[in-house]
Amino acid sequence: MEKEKKKRVILGVIGADVHAVGNTILNRALQDAGFEVTNLGVMVPQEEMIRAAVEDGADAILVSSLYGQGELDCTGMREKCEEAGLKDILLYAGGNLVVGKVPEKEIQERYKALGFDRAFGPGTDPSVTIAALKKDLAKGRVHHHKGSEE
Amino acid sequence: MKAVLLIDFGSTYTKITAVDIEKEEILGTAQSFTTIETDINDGLKNALKILEEKTGPLEFSEKYACSSAAGGLRMVAIGLVPELTAQAAKQASLGAGAKVIKTYSYELTDGDVDEIDEINPDILLLTGGTDGGNKENIVHNAHQLAKLKSRSFPIIIAGNRSCTDEVSEILEDFETFKCENVMPKLNIPNVEPVQELIRNIFLKKIVLAKGLSKAQELIKGILMPTPAAMLEAMKLLAKGTETEKGIGDLVGVDLGGATTDVYSMSYGLPQTGAAVLKGLREDYAKRTVEGDIGMRYSIKGIVAASDIMRISDLAGLSEKKCEEMIDYLSVHTDKVPGEDEPDFIALDYALASMAVEAAVTRHAGKLEPFYTPTGISYMQTGKDLTGVKTVVATGGALIHTTRTAEILKHTLSKPEDAFSLKPKEAGFLVDRKYILAAMGLLSTEYPDAALRIMKKELEKNGVS
Repeated sequence: MEKEKKKRVILGVIGADVHAVGNTILNRALQDAGFEVTNLGVMVPQEEMIRAAVEDGADAILVSSLYGQGELDCTGMREKCEEAGLKDILLYAGGNLVVGKVPEKEIQERYKALGFDRAFGPGTDPSVTIAALKKDLAKGRVHHHKGSEE
Repeated sequence: MKAVLLIDFGSTYTKITAVDIEKEEILGTAQSFTTIETDINDGLKNALKILEEKTGPLEFSEKYACSSAAGGLRMVAIGLVPELTAQAAKQASLGAGAKVIKTYSYELTDGDVDEIDEINPDILLLTGGTDGGNKENIVHNAHQLAKLKSRSFPIIIAGNRSCTDEVSEILEDFETFKCENVMPKLNIPNVEPVQELIRNIFLKKIVLAKGLSKAQELIKGILMPTPAAMLEAMKLLAKGTETEKGIGDLVGVDLGGATTDVYSMSYGLPQTGAAVLKGLREDYAKRTVEGDIGMRYSIKGIVAASDIMRISDLAGLSEKKCEEMIDYLSVHTDKVPGEDEPDFIALDYALASMAVEAAVTRHAGKLEPFYTPTGISYMQTGKDLTGVKTVVATGGALIHTTRTAEILKHTLSKPEDAFSLKPKEAGFLVDRKYILAAMGLLSTEYPDAALRIMKKELEKNGVS
């Protein structure tokens, strides 16, 4: 038996986006870093990513978006994960996530508001994402309560 | 002459086909009522008597049989996500010739467990999770299944391999069979190992349990469920053998009284560059069963799946008249229109057309348009059958009519079905003598002969 189980990651380019290159590089980098990756490729709806994560028992979903519609495409994804019983899954987004020149910090805030754990701007080196992923997976997801107080 | 007898123990009729294996010819066919209540051999003997009246006395060197008697091979399939392992489990069972009574996904409830007890299947297929993926669901479901009252049916465990042993321990009171995962990697189904196992269990247990074993004295054995024989025949016809070429990709339709089976022998990959393939990959040899579409028991399902207006239009009868006749037929399920009943003949034509249209539409893949900043793009789910050039027809309602080709035109896509991936232009092959299941059986020992007989016997309608 392996000492430590490989962490499992779902990868895909969300929405109507067909930019395959970054996703392919990330796939390779994650595999080299010891992750078990299921790459769903381009034009992946939220639902397909979530179904894959359920069946695969995934630890994280890494969403790519290059064409500017990322915020629209990612809205409601965290809620659907909750609905599907994936309460501990990490959600990352990366790419050209918003339209226009927006400071990285604000992008992160906008995606945190959507329920994503982290967001990465264009040109992020895969090693940065992988380091963050390892750190987050080691400590487990912090649950933020979105919306109304309980 | 070397004569081989092929037997299909159906739910109503025992159908036999005699073949001269040296000349590769059909010697004759006959049928008689299936006698499962008394001794299944009685019906077979009756059919043989009818056959020999036509052919003269025959000496058979080999006898093979398939069966859908006593309810067929009844299965329950359980998976995790409806579109993924649950679908893969259902697809694997159908491809093995089973009748899937119900498919369950996610966590089984106590109510589901009671329902499975009531269904009392011949085999239960338990799946869930990719290899190394989700464990909790299949383990939960195993604990739920342990609450079943019945211990009479075997359980196949074909889920996440990381917990196969654990699941088998939870179900230790049952007869369990461990198997490779039905979907080891996401979207990539692995149906053969499960199907092989289903077939073995069918041979060893189900035939015995259903009182079909009495036939064993007469024949070498009941090799497979009838739909599996049908699938073998279609596969052979499409793919061919090492020495004899097949006819290429095809779609098969078997229109019955209660259900409609659709087969496709094709990889169904996107035919246009603009489509991205999504979801669970489908097997080259795919079978679907539409339980709500059939010419008598499921006649109301045809109306629901199409439109009474279209039925009325095709039949050339008023909607009111059609509705009255459909009500009559749904009760008088053994009604076969006589030559002096043109209204019934016209209605059956319309119903058969709508039935095959709905069943093939559900079987075929779909395109979904996607508007991207760089223009329109498509997502394809299921098989692209637009390039398939042959539709094979079998089943009473399609072979006992003179309008088979007119009915089969409704399996093809029309200009308005822009997003349905049904065949566009195809010729038709009609199984007029009802020999396909028999040829599927024959193919287990004599594939070349079975293929050549099919090529010879299937009636061409617009196929060159």
